Amino acid sequence: MTTENPLDDYIDAVAKALALPVEEAWRPAVRANLEVSLRLARLVDEFPLPDETEPASIYTV
Amino acid sequence: MMLNTDGLSAQQIAQAVTDRKLSALDATEAALARIAAHDTVLNSFTDVTANRARATAKAIDAKIAAGEKVGPLAGVPFAVKNLFDVKGLATRAGSKINRDLAPASRDATLIERMEAAGAVLVGALNMGEYAYDFTGENVHDGPSRNPHDPTRMSGGSSGGSGSAVGGALVPIALGSDTNGSIRVPSSFCGIFGLKPTYGRLSRARSFPFVASLDHLGPLARNVGDLALAYDTMQGPDADDAACTTRPVEPVTSLLAKGIDGLRVAVAGGYFQKNVFPEAVEAISRVTKALDATTTVELHEAARARAAAYVITTTEGASLHLDRLRKRPNDFDPAVRDRLIAGAMVPAPLVDRAQKFRRWYRAKVLELFKSVDVIIAPATPCIAPKLGQVNFVLDGVELPVRANIGIHTQPISFIGLPVVAVPVPLEPMPIGVQIIAAPWREDIALRVAHALERMGVAAALAPRGLL
Repeated sequence: MTTENPLDDYIDAVAKALALPVEEAWRPAVRANLEVSLRLARLVDEFPLPDETEPASIYTV
Repeated sequence: MMLNTDGLSAQQIAQAVTDRKLSALDATEAALARIAAHDTVLNSFTDVTANRARATAKAIDAKIAAGEKVGPLAGVPFAVKNLFDVKGLATRAGSKINRDLAPASRDATLIERMEAAGAVLVGALNMGEYAYDFTGENVHDGPSRNPHDPTRMSGGSSGGSGSAVGGALVPIALGSDTNGSIRVPSSFCGIFGLKPTYGRLSRARSFPFVASLDHLGPLARNVGDLALAYDTMQGPDADDAACTTRPVEPVTSLLAKGIDGLRVAVAGGYFQKNVFPEAVEAISRVTKALDATTTVELHEAARARAAAYVITTTEGASLHLDRLRKRPNDFDPAVRDRLIAGAMVPAPLVDRAQKFRRWYRAKVLELFKSVDVIIAPATPCIAPKLGQVNFVLDGVELPVRANIGIHTQPISFIGLPVVAVPVPLEPMPIGVQIIAAPWREDIALRVAHALERMGVAAALAPRGLL
């Protein structure tokens, strides 16, 4: 499928890999949401962390 | 003559029932009558469990007649966000899809604990679909409405909980808070809400959203009721893997200790940006009342909010993956499109968000060596109009939905206990977060109680229903 936005190729590939339906009518909203998620994820990614840092997937204190 | 229970606190109702000045059944009937009279406007209830409530109330009255001891919430009507399992109801969690689930075979743990203390469940409450919401709007059930102005949002996702308590239909409701979903409706509806420490209250038999961020807690019209409900619901529970095994730490008897000696600071930097004048005014009133002259920085709060967003959208996508495949057209389209996008975030970025979380937690916990309480806005603004898409702040147009929770997310991200207190501004109330160190709900509640006694925080009568 030919698309103008490179993210559309990624959306198509991941949708296929996960067997997720993405109808054309939903695509602009899915893309917009993904752009926000990736922008915020990049903000986290840019932050340097020591290699030894443990994840906090279940947060306990 | 039946005692008029309108406007009575949970504690007053329980006292009157225990003293035989009021029957539990009359207290229940009064709540059912208020719901019938006002919920056509508020749309806060999705299920009214009238038969069950009457049976529960009659059982309490029978115990009292037999001279048996009843609990501290005897005859107190309460309701729960419809993601709590209620025996006999499908746990819809704000969705269309979940209505096809089998009816729950057992109540959620927190309902069992409330009823063991004598409280009477009167129904289940409206909420944003699958709790992925800050507005209180719901495409399937319609929006829950603000009790001070029904043209405005209740806030979400525990929108019905905020609306029902703000509208004084019930004195106590239970909600859930993943990124702000107790604190936001508390702010918009002008009531008190407690998001306890992560792991403090059992989530057993409630429909999840983001396992590593989900909390349950009470909303009420005064701090005494809030503390009483919280005390009632504490305790370990093997049915929730994240529930603490710490002993119960009751707070109700500690409220009167006051705040002498507590070190109170206001959150600076990130928490003083992107706020409307009403949030500034509310913070100003609270900090002045508490004589808080210190400012602390929660470094990297913006990044913390970003990480919470990433974890939420990806864990939420994981939870709903199969429903997205099989019934995508039965979701609220806005929720569906967010979740599909969440499924597409690369795994290493999620792992980094979880690792950043531990770093950020350690940094924030250091602050509690020098302060006991941190004050921050609960929401950047008063309740927006229903359906409102954007607001203008400092000349910049911003999306409402994405910005309602910007001040709550960096706090729940690391599980800190928070009491949202309502500051009764005109024309609409707005909340302030009273944030304490992990497991120090007692401190946050003592400060909230002090603000209530000073008249700085108060849940006003619902002006939208007069």
